[in-house]
Amino acid sequence: MELTAEPRRETTSWLIRNKWTVVFGVIIAGTIFAALDFSCNNLTCVTAVLSSSLRQSTPLILGALCGVIGERSGVVNIGIEGQMLMAAFVAFLANVYLGNLWMATLIGASAGAFMGLLLAWMAVSLRMDQIIGGTVINILAIGITGYFYIPGLTTQGKFAPITLGPLADIPLIGPVLFRNGPITYLAIILVFVLHYVLFYTRWGLRTRAVGEHPRAADTVGINVYKMRYINVILGGALAGLAGAFLTLEGVGTFERGMTNGRGFLALAIMIMGKWTPIGSWGAALLFGFTYAMQTQLQFKGVNLPPQFIGSLPYILTILVLAGFVGRSRAPAASGVPYEKE
Amino acid sequence: MTKATATEPVENRTTATLRRIWRGISVPLVAVLLGLLIGALLLIASGSNPIDAYRALIKGAFGSPVAIQRTLEKATPLIFSGLAVAFAFKAGLFNIGAQGQLLVGAVVAAYVGFSIEGLPAIIHAPLALLAGGLAGALYGYIPGALKTYTGAHEVIVTIMLNYVAINLTDYLADGPWKDPSPTNIVARTPKIFPSASLPLVGNVPSGFILALIAALVVWWLLYRTTLGYEIRTVGLNSSAAQYAGIRVARMIILTMMISGFLAGLGGSVETLGINGRFQPGFNTGLGFDGITVALLGKTNPFGVIPAAILLGAMRAGSSQMQFSAGVASEITDVITAFILFFVAADVIVKKLIRQRGVDDEQVKLSTGWSSH
Repeated sequence: MELTAEPRRETTSWLIRNKWTVVFGVIIAGTIFAALDFSCNNLTCVTAVLSSSLRQSTPLILGALCGVIGERSGVVNIGIEGQMLMAAFVAFLANVYLGNLWMATLIGASAGAFMGLLLAWMAVSLRMDQIIGGTVINILAIGITGYFYIPGLTTQGKFAPITLGPLADIPLIGPVLFRNGPITYLAIILVFVLHYVLFYTRWGLRTRAVGEHPRAADTVGINVYKMRYINVILGGALAGLAGAFLTLEGVGTFERGMTNGRGFLALAIMIMGKWTPIGSWGAALLFGFTYAMQTQLQFKGVNLPPQFIGSLPYILTILVLAGFVGRSRAPAASGVPYEKE
Repeated sequence: MTKATATEPVENRTTATLRRIWRGISVPLVAVLLGLLIGALLLIASGSNPIDAYRALIKGAFGSPVAIQRTLEKATPLIFSGLAVAFAFKAGLFNIGAQGQLLVGAVVAAYVGFSIEGLPAIIHAPLALLAGGLAGALYGYIPGALKTYTGAHEVIVTIMLNYVAINLTDYLADGPWKDPSPTNIVARTPKIFPSASLPLVGNVPSGFILALIAALVVWWLLYRTTLGYEIRTVGLNSSAAQYAGIRVARMIILTMMISGFLAGLGGSVETLGINGRFQPGFNTGLGFDGITVALLGKTNPFGVIPAAILLGAMRAGSSQMQFSAGVASEITDVITAFILFFVAADVIVKKLIRQRGVDDEQVKLSTGWSSH
């Protein structure tokens, strides 16, 4: 009798346990293939669409990762948008005045981290409602970047793609995966690092404990406040990287309100990815792909109003969410301020 | 409230009421002053004269009948979108989609306004308003229904629908509903007939009066009807509500529809009372500002009104400030952020004005994140 409980799980194959994920993956892959087949007639075009997908997904995944580690530790972050915008602005200024892209990236990430600190202070120390805290961050970022914006400031260039040696010569995969800007590489690495850290290290276990049941975590000696502070500040740095990507790798300059809702999209992507780094990456890539497809379809001159093609990424996201992803569960204590007894 | 009367039984009614009012307004009042103070510090630090700036701001917002009218005009759609967001919060739903619902309402109201001719104003204007509201309600139905039937999170769906709404209204204003007059080259609808426009009552836009009525109705609905009670119960604890026999799924859909209706009305009022037509880009941010207004008003229908007027005043006054004091209008966003901060962080403010006893309703919004 005692033996029957455990082995059952071992004998079921991975394929059967995750059958819905597999079905879902096959459908998505098929759709992507069909879409590429429809809109492209040569390999160069396919490569272009795919690498554009990856580029488009970079700020989204970084923003989503910010949301993931914040919420995993119990702090809802509505302020991703503001953290991104602030960092984009600061990184741009740093680049203009220092002329060093790497320094500017670092400074941008620090600006994001500082906004994270502000959010953590409001959410953890002041026990302020976290939706309000995030909204404060968002308005503050719009205000400060708008107030200190200097029109006509000239940019000092942006990151050029780095080619990873012979890997970049592999057909299709090479130019898509191994010919990117540094922040895009960093984002991909961070997805796996955070996955590992969250689920396979003591730090990750503690973070999740604090987000699911802070009182229990507190009882066994985990410092709830400290864990939340550090996670939200690190999250801010990630959102900051996303902002730096926009000014230093993507667009190359700063415009008012240039994040244009990407922080909110990142929030949606985080929920779609069920609060996991890899799931969020999948969602971000899918979104990036629909974005790239939209451009490609318009370029190809499909006989549809541009606004219909423009709605495509968003409608697809809703369909995917409603059809496949279904109910998602946030970390139990996410959004609840913790008060020590 | 009951606590106050229990501890001070000898105090007479009027002073008790006054004390309660003071309790209610002291924190927001101090928060506004602190927000302005921090804004002033920022102005000084960046080499501007805060007194000149604020004088221009106040003059632009309240300095003349026309200025007051402009302030009220700016506040009107914000009251509606603020009510929309606040109402959804009461059911534990975060409606980031007020922006989209507002846009859809604005374009449909314009359509009814320019396409039907010969109706008397007493029918035409309400009809256009209603159509806009219903369009918003329908647009709010989508996330509500998707949430109950498929579990799709309303935050994602409403964010996505905002973008869809921008595209949809843009398409209508640049396609089937485009202004056909030969001089027109931009995407916009024709002008609405005068019978559909909302008139001024003296210097007060009638849309503003409608907004006040809407706030009253929302308050009544939430606190004086069974439906409102059920909605609030769902917001506080959805599993308890389910256990008590409340049909949670139905409440979620209904709440999103009412919220969408309010946002749609906001868009309609903007079209019928201010712009006279729908033009893409003219309503940008009004829905998102609804979140700020709802939070500033502590999700209370009556709190939303002063919050919207405050924001409206800053919007109306900021152009005057930019013009005559040379201060970038975005400083008002910084001030707004700090006001919101101090309203929410009332621990700090209460310590500052030595007010004791926390007996007001705590705002709990983000706890609704993963409920239902």
